[in-house]
Amino acid sequence: MKKKSGLWLTVAPLYIFTIIFVVGPLLYMFVLSFCTRGENYETILEFTFDNYKKIAEPVYRTTFLQSIKLAFSTTIFVGIIGYPFGYFMAKLPSDKKKLMMALIMIPFWTSSLVRMYGWSILLQSNGILDKILMGIGITQKPLKLLYTYPAVLSGMVYALLPFMILAVYSSAEKMDWSLVEAARDLGASAWKAFWTVTWKLTLPGFMSGIVLTFVPSMGLFFVADILGGNKVVLVGNVIQEQLTKGRNWPFAAALSVILMIMTSLFIAVYRKVTGARELEGLF
Amino acid sequence: MKDFILELNHIKKSFGNTQVLKGISLSVKQGEFITFLGSSGCGKTTTLRIIAGLEQPDSGAVMLEGVDVTKIAPDKRDVNTVFQNYALFPHMDVYKNVAYGLKIRKVSKTEIQRRVMESLELVQLTDYASRKPSELSGGQKQRVAIARAIVNNPKVLLLDEPLGALDLQLRRQMQLELKRLQKKLGITFIYITHDQEEAINMSDRIVVMRDGMFVQIGTPNEIYDAPRTSFVAQFVGNANIIRGVVDKLDNGMAAIKLEETSSDCESYVSVKLSEKDNVHIGDRIAIAVRSENIQLNLEKGISAVVKEKSFAGGLLRLTLVLPNGKEVVASRHGINYDVEEGTCITIGWDADSAVIVEDRD
Amino acid sequence: MKNRTKIPNLYLALILIFMYLPIAIVIVYSFNENKLTAIWSGFSLKWYSELFQDKDLMEALKNSLILGVLSCFCAGVIGTIGAVGMARLNYKTKGVMEYLSMLPIMIPEIILGMVFLAFFSAISLPFGMTTLVIAHTTFCIPYIYMMVKARLVGMDPALLEAARDLGASEIRAFWDITLPLIMPAVASGSLLAFAMSFDDVVISVLVTNSRINTLPIKVFSRIKFGVSPEINALSTIMLSVTLIIILGIVRINKKNRGGNL
Repeated sequence: MKKKSGLWLTVAPLYIFTIIFVVGPLLYMFVLSFCTRGENYETILEFTFDNYKKIAEPVYRTTFLQSIKLAFSTTIFVGIIGYPFGYFMAKLPSDKKKLMMALIMIPFWTSSLVRMYGWSILLQSNGILDKILMGIGITQKPLKLLYTYPAVLSGMVYALLPFMILAVYSSAEKMDWSLVEAARDLGASAWKAFWTVTWKLTLPGFMSGIVLTFVPSMGLFFVADILGGNKVVLVGNVIQEQLTKGRNWPFAAALSVILMIMTSLFIAVYRKVTGARELEGLF
Repeated sequence: MKDFILELNHIKKSFGNTQVLKGISLSVKQGEFITFLGSSGCGKTTTLRIIAGLEQPDSGAVMLEGVDVTKIAPDKRDVNTVFQNYALFPHMDVYKNVAYGLKIRKVSKTEIQRRVMESLELVQLTDYASRKPSELSGGQKQRVAIARAIVNNPKVLLLDEPLGALDLQLRRQMQLELKRLQKKLGITFIYITHDQEEAINMSDRIVVMRDGMFVQIGTPNEIYDAPRTSFVAQFVGNANIIRGVVDKLDNGMAAIKLEETSSDCESYVSVKLSEKDNVHIGDRIAIAVRSENIQLNLEKGISAVVKEKSFAGGLLRLTLVLPNGKEVVASRHGINYDVEEGTCITIGWDADSAVIVEDRD
Repeated sequence: MKNRTKIPNLYLALILIFMYLPIAIVIVYSFNENKLTAIWSGFSLKWYSELFQDKDLMEALKNSLILGVLSCFCAGVIGTIGAVGMARLNYKTKGVMEYLSMLPIMIPEIILGMVFLAFFSAISLPFGMTTLVIAHTTFCIPYIYMMVKARLVGMDPALLEAARDLGASEIRAFWDITLPLIMPAVASGSLLAFAMSFDDVVISVLVTNSRINTLPIKVFSRIKFGVSPEINALSTIMLSVTLIIILGIVRINKKNRGGNL
């Protein structure tokens, strides 16, 4: 009996912290999303659905759809670019693998602000990219890439690619490659062997990469700010704006609840598909 | 009073709904080498863990030198364990591993130094004191684990399949070394294995375990020559079990008619009765005959068909089919034995090389 | 046969260029004498000297370091002992509790920032370093917890039994065996958490007041309005620090084989 109570003491800080600073605030957000905003921007405890109804208004609906569209496009591009990378990386000889791992870790650990900043310099009108393209003769005049939708999309892809690579790599690394040889030996073509063995076994990593890409891409408002100017507005930007400038917290809470539900659905699907409890590649 | 260094009294233990120990009792004398022999899942490791204090029995008691230690924590018991996979502390070198128990007992530095080096010497590892476990071979890790346990001078040393991970040659060598070490130190050893050869080579007494019970306790000779049950006979001596009905009793001998045979066939075998055997005409009994005691190509006996010949461990093994369809195995030294597969031969055995065993399967 | 390895290698190289080009640009232009990125007018270290004289940025750097260290420390203690305790506890709703504790790294940062902002003002906690530390500790815990948990799962339970068998009490066994063995995981988890804290802008910007700025907040507000060579210089320094941290983790893992990341 004494042993047990000692154990509970060790987890107590974690539980208390989680309940006060994770569960509590999340519940509060939920309650807040049904509250009314008063005349002087204060929050009144008066039940209403208005905040959710407001999301359906054209302005916000467009933003939401744009956010989802961007998140999907980002995820697709990241998947297409990242999967082969993780796959090829896992097939490298082990000394090169280590080097490659280090090369991926550096951008992964580099401040995403710094990377976005570098990306914006690259895309600037009359910037490096323009100079290169005009130098080779592909384009005649500056492309004016910065502060456009493609700029935000490419920035998102750039920001989130390492997550996908690491997730796919960790899955492919663990794979027993002799299974592919066995499949070939049993008469499968290279493609067939890939589809029936490699793809199936790396799917958990790939799915984890998708979650790790999709979830943050809904909220990375600073990417949209730096690369999109104010031309591209995401849910993240709206929430941030409603919190700071608009001071409409109930509405921001309602937006967050919707975002939260979408995220949870995504993770639930991931768990259903892979049967895994934890996201692969993060640890 | 202190007749026994270790006593187990009616120990029972269940995990969930499965009872892994069904009330076992044993008394161990000071300096004995006891082996628990049994296949995996028979409860031998649980027994060991209960003696070490790593597991609590549901009922029953563990007595160490006559004192009930059942409720005493493992760190307060004068018992040490050599774990199955050695469980060496990976972040400490060999010296620190061995010194750990003494350090906790707050033994003085110079005393620790002396005793650690002494026990490293016993296992011939003095040159390896500053190595990390990851830099040692399997055999060396094994020796460190032993040194780490014996340095504390335990009343009883528990060894959980300590040689299981080593290859055959090293295992044989370590068997001899362990036995020598045990004699030299005079510490009581409780040894666990599923290997009958190991048990017979090393032990003073063997405890054959099955399904959470002690089937037979005895010296290697007793277990080997006079198995009490068919299980012991098969598990320890690789014996053939032959079942039949007692047909005649004569002069301390019994003639037994093989089960499921017609009377016209030559289907009688004989067995010498020992004092404890209490059989009557008409009883169904089982007898155990070891493969090397089966004689081939006799004038008189029972007929058998040679089904298969195979060579293993320096022995030629012949699988023979009896008239009742049951198979027996006979073995011979050397690879050449002039019997063709498929031929019919007459076999038999000396009545005193067969024993009556309990048959409870 | 040759083509087979050429295509993957080419692909890997191409993507690496894509990942490193922006970083390289930032570094190169930190040494540009001209304020405009379009023009290269010679090598200079003047932006570095200007950076060190920029009181605003230096103050923000100091705040970020304090914040990172404090939240890493709190998260390190809570996460480590939590993981150790959780590994040995067994009850029905353990999975739920663990899931809740890990939520902060599963949900978008903006939501976390939003709930903290609302919650802290609801309980009228003054915004500033305290709120920053609480918020950062919350999302640092999962990193350390997961790292330690992974390490504990890989640990042979017989090691603790061996220690008990040799006479160590439960607490002593934890101190002598468990703690030294999970230390590498605690260290790499803390470094990862520190990097995350040091990089965070989304949450920080929402839970601080106008006087206490972290480095990412300052950097963000400057680059929003275009190029500033001082930021290039600062980024270059931050990159070097990142590199040192990664090398540190590699060293830790090399010394204690079996670690990850």
